[in-house]
Amino acid sequence: MKQPDNFGFGEEAALLKASARKFFNEKLPTSTLHALVAADHRPERGSECLWDPELWRQMVDLGWTMLAVPESAGGVGMPAVAVAGLAEELGRAAFPCPLLGTINASYVLAACGSGGEQALAEIAQGRAASLAVTNEQGSWAPGDTGVTDSAGKLTGTAWYVQDARKADRLLVSARSDAGIALYWVASDATGVTLHADTILDLTRDQAHVSFDNVAAVQVCSNGLAALSEALPAIWTILAADMVGAAEWQLQTTVEYVGTRQQFDHPLGFFQAVKHPLVNVMLQIDRAKSLVYNAACAIDNEPERAVQYAHMAKASASDTAAFASGRSVQLHGGIGFTWECFVHLYFKRQKHSQMLFGDAAWHRARLADIVIGPVPQAAA
Amino acid sequence: MSESASKDSPEQAEFRQYCRTWLASNRPGDPPVRLPLSALEIMTTEQMAYLQAWQQAAYDAGLVGCDYPSEVGGGGRSDCQRVANEEMMAARTPYFPNIIGLGMAAPTVLHHGQPELKQRLLPRLFSGEDIWCQGFSEPGAGSDLASVQTFAERKGDKWVINGHKVWTSLAHFAQWMILLLRTDKSHKYDGLSYFVVPISSELGKSVTVKPLIKITGETGFNEVIFDNLEVDDGYRLDELGKGWQVAMTTLLHERGAGELQTPRAGGLKGKGSHASTSGNLVELARNTERDGRPAAEDPLFRDRIMQQLICETGLAQNQRRARVPDLLDHPMRLLLQNKLLASEISQDTSALALEVAGASASLYLGDDKAPAGGQWNLAHMNSYGMTIAAGTSEVQRNILGERVLGLAKSK
Repeated sequence: MKQPDNFGFGEEAALLKASARKFFNEKLPTSTLHALVAADHRPERGSECLWDPELWRQMVDLGWTMLAVPESAGGVGMPAVAVAGLAEELGRAAFPCPLLGTINASYVLAACGSGGEQALAEIAQGRAASLAVTNEQGSWAPGDTGVTDSAGKLTGTAWYVQDARKADRLLVSARSDAGIALYWVASDATGVTLHADTILDLTRDQAHVSFDNVAAVQVCSNGLAALSEALPAIWTILAADMVGAAEWQLQTTVEYVGTRQQFDHPLGFFQAVKHPLVNVMLQIDRAKSLVYNAACAIDNEPERAVQYAHMAKASASDTAAFASGRSVQLHGGIGFTWECFVHLYFKRQKHSQMLFGDAAWHRARLADIVIGPVPQAAA
Repeated sequence: MSESASKDSPEQAEFRQYCRTWLASNRPGDPPVRLPLSALEIMTTEQMAYLQAWQQAAYDAGLVGCDYPSEVGGGGRSDCQRVANEEMMAARTPYFPNIIGLGMAAPTVLHHGQPELKQRLLPRLFSGEDIWCQGFSEPGAGSDLASVQTFAERKGDKWVINGHKVWTSLAHFAQWMILLLRTDKSHKYDGLSYFVVPISSELGKSVTVKPLIKITGETGFNEVIFDNLEVDDGYRLDELGKGWQVAMTTLLHERGAGELQTPRAGGLKGKGSHASTSGNLVELARNTERDGRPAAEDPLFRDRIMQQLICETGLAQNQRRARVPDLLDHPMRLLLQNKLLASEISQDTSALALEVAGASASLYLGDDKAPAGGQWNLAHMNSYGMTIAAGTSEVQRNILGERVLGLAKSK
């Protein structure tokens, strides 16, 4: 094992995590978040993009968007464990912003070699980005894209683009003559149209993005390699967000069952309530330990990063599902209402669960590594 | 190991080198008999004699009791047991037979015993000359441990003990027992006291040890009946009526959450021994044909095997994260999960193995067609010992809910 005992989670990482928690607590407590994103309860609300761009500007000023940008490209180049710590706090706050997309783009661009440097410099200067790499079927396999490059112009549609309307730039994967390549496009460039999806999650926005003969800068000719290299970090950082959100679900529910009394006792007195909450905690801790293990592998043991990141995202997806269900159920009647804050996290977790591959998808890829692929039946 | 070594203090680094050198020439050869999976299942005097000789040698070399004060027979070192354990695991030595003595009795006696008692008992405990057992559970006191009824009645400067203990592992080999009993029947918790008492020297007189046959057909634990056993007041560890606090020291160490590292060795596999790991499960799935192809190619089995691997890796990473305060929400949160998770993962992995094995899961020890010699069945049944002993999984969930999450105490 090449990994440091403490996951390489040093003083700087701890400071970043603590200051992020403080920032989110002060700037967007859950009641403020609810007022910001959930004033309207109609399903049509799901196509809107509600967030606080001023808070985002403060986050950019704090340097958080530069964390995953290598120093050589003008960024900070923090280890993945530190970025995971920030993402955990982001998830705990269910904070609506394009941070995850920008970090994801940074990881992919950093794997693009010299072609990615200009784009990374733009991120370092505060541009928000999002990945446009998925086809209409929502495939999470790198290279499954609905966009093609013909003679340097992009045509087609990218689906399931996260926080598309909060992003200034799109990192697009498209099929070219030479295979899958990556392109850097301004989201307001001529020929780019954002079609808002109507989604369940109130803390994100999502769109499918059509490209009509769009002039784009190719940042990488071997897009498959760059995406594959960045995916473990993308899975791990999202899993960290989900772990943070699950911890909020746990603590909020624990607080509620400590207050609410029935049959002359607080609900938490009853083992039918206590034991499922302990099970939520067990799942969160497993997922959290696997997240920091995967992040540490990205930093120190890249040959194991893919398999550890599959474990982290699979575990985080199961945790998100379980913690979400228990948070609503154990709140009882009030948990079923729009006014109770648990629905914000329930919906964010449902969205995160399938994003970049659900638990079964990750376990199937993990099995291919650990057990070996299943031989194809002879025709 | 090299990466643990890089964090060593100068004392630890020097000690690590010493352990490595000593083990290179003193690691015992293969055992002449089959060894059970753990010391708690030792059945024969041959097994015990082989393991006791190994513990004595390791103690004489300074690898046992490293962090205990030298006046009680320890090594007088600081945080070095962990180093010795890592080196003994890496060298794949046998395990130590006096597991209850080392893991539970020693820290309790150290914290609560009188100086003369510690000096008398601990050196022979560390060397393995004296084997220890634990008298806690009773027929009427399992999960509700504080309801024990074994009673000590004061008679001058002596106590006369009567009662009935069960699930007493190693009692049939033991010289000594740590014993939780009652000196006052009118107070549940405040009526408890904690003694160390002799066992082997009183057999056939005031102490009877009767083996219990386990669900697997194996022996290993016992009933112990006290019929007017007389002991000196000096064998009492608690301030009268404070036995429950002493028992907490024992239980904390039993569940791996105490501050003193238990001397641990191991890795040497006796003939036919077997662990419920996902690695062994993958091997089984590769070698088991289901519906005309290896079970390892079945997508449902693949998914479930990966679930077990993820749980297993998560537990290992929990143990790593437990030592990183910046990534902990509560100091006891991960430590108190260890026993619960380890026992349930092992139970689920062995249960899945039996499903993978299909029809051949019907075959048990002694059938030459049984997968892994029938050990999966044995391991699965034994796993219930682990989810029941040392606080059932249900009690563990109460403890976690109350101590870590702060939920109201359940009755």
